[in-house]
Amino acid sequence: MMLSLSAALTLALAWMFPAHGLYFHIGETEKKCFIEEIPDETMVIGKYRTQLWDKQSGSFLPATPGLGMHVEIKDPDTKIILSRQYGSDGRFTFTSHTPGEHQICLHSNSTKMALFAGGKLRVHLDIQVGEHTNNYPEIAAKDKLTELQLRVRQLLDQVEQIQKEQNYQRYREERFRMTSESTNQRVLWWSIAQTLILIVTGIWQMKHLKSFFEAKKLV
Amino acid sequence: MLYLGLSCLLLHVLVVFGTELTFELPDNEKECFYEELEKDVRFDFDFQVISGGNYDVDCFVIDPLDNVLYNEKKKQYDSFSHTTDMKGVYKVCFSNEFSTFTDKTVYLDFRHGDEEPLLESMTRSSALTQMESSCVSLHEILNSVAESQTWYRLREAHDRIKAEHLLERVSYWSIGETILLFVIGIGQVIMLRSFFSDKKGSLAATT
Repeated sequence: MMLSLSAALTLALAWMFPAHGLYFHIGETEKKCFIEEIPDETMVIGKYRTQLWDKQSGSFLPATPGLGMHVEIKDPDTKIILSRQYGSDGRFTFTSHTPGEHQICLHSNSTKMALFAGGKLRVHLDIQVGEHTNNYPEIAAKDKLTELQLRVRQLLDQVEQIQKEQNYQRYREERFRMTSESTNQRVLWWSIAQTLILIVTGIWQMKHLKSFFEAKKLV
Repeated sequence: MLYLGLSCLLLHVLVVFGTELTFELPDNEKECFYEELEKDVRFDFDFQVISGGNYDVDCFVIDPLDNVLYNEKKKQYDSFSHTTDMKGVYKVCFSNEFSTFTDKTVYLDFRHGDEEPLLESMTRSSALTQMESSCVSLHEILNSVAESQTWYRLREAHDRIKAEHLLERVSYWSIGETILLFVIGIGQVIMLRSFFSDKKGSLAATT
């Protein structure tokens, strides 16, 4: 009971504790997109926190409620897998089902132009992929692992992610090889075709001009 | 049991402090990322241009007092590390302002601070057992394996995109050249015919 309560509290703290990520500025109608190239069955957790420029205090304050961000995530086939509105602080998570480039796009949903007042919105963003998404204290609490067991668990997760990445690498190399082979084929066939066209056109020109000049009684 | 509960309560940080982002930089634009750092913190970042144009971008790093720590023009990839002299906001900017119509895709990896321990209790200063120190060295080796995989993934993406562009260009150029061949071949004949049709009268007059 005590353990589950403390685990729950830890989870709550982990979620509410602001992520110390890199931050950037985003304009009102601006859409910022980030690309994550990941193997399949990989979990991605993104956390963001927004701050709005307050003219009166001359600094960035935590954003007013009602100012949210719209998060849109597309999979490698440009199909939308997540398209949701979140509040001024949000956390989104998805698991990839196809390997490839996933696109995470953020834009603010402010309808009142006055909210931005010509300023910019500051967005702190933190995206974690693969084994970095695992919450080890939670795992330790749930499976009742000792420190050593937890370390080994972390190593196992890392190795699993490395293996997934290697499988993805094999699939990518195949695509690359197919592209190169198609280029090779195209260069070969087009060169032959163009040489033939040149020869045929040359012969046709000579024949046509010869008959033309003979008709004009110049030859 | 209680100890484990308390240690769980204390722990609420992520394992590694670092951000990896791949973003698109439109032409004629600049994109800046800011990070608030304490004094005497070592940070390192590396970037690579994955696609777009000549695969190069301008990059500069500015400290809280607006001093330029790093400034390189038209680089394809590079890495930079620095230990901060003061607390404040450090700015890393990428500029594609020299390009008129090509967007660039840039990968950025910004790491700062030391890796946080898995559990708060692991920061105790007593010596690690052999098993624990083996685990630590394995973890570091696996980190470098993952890093090298990321490097190869980016190089492969870069090369694959170049190969796909080459394929596209070969296709368009081949079709274009074939059409041009036909047009020129037939055009030459028509022009030559038109010369003789006009001058037929004058030729007869001169001979």
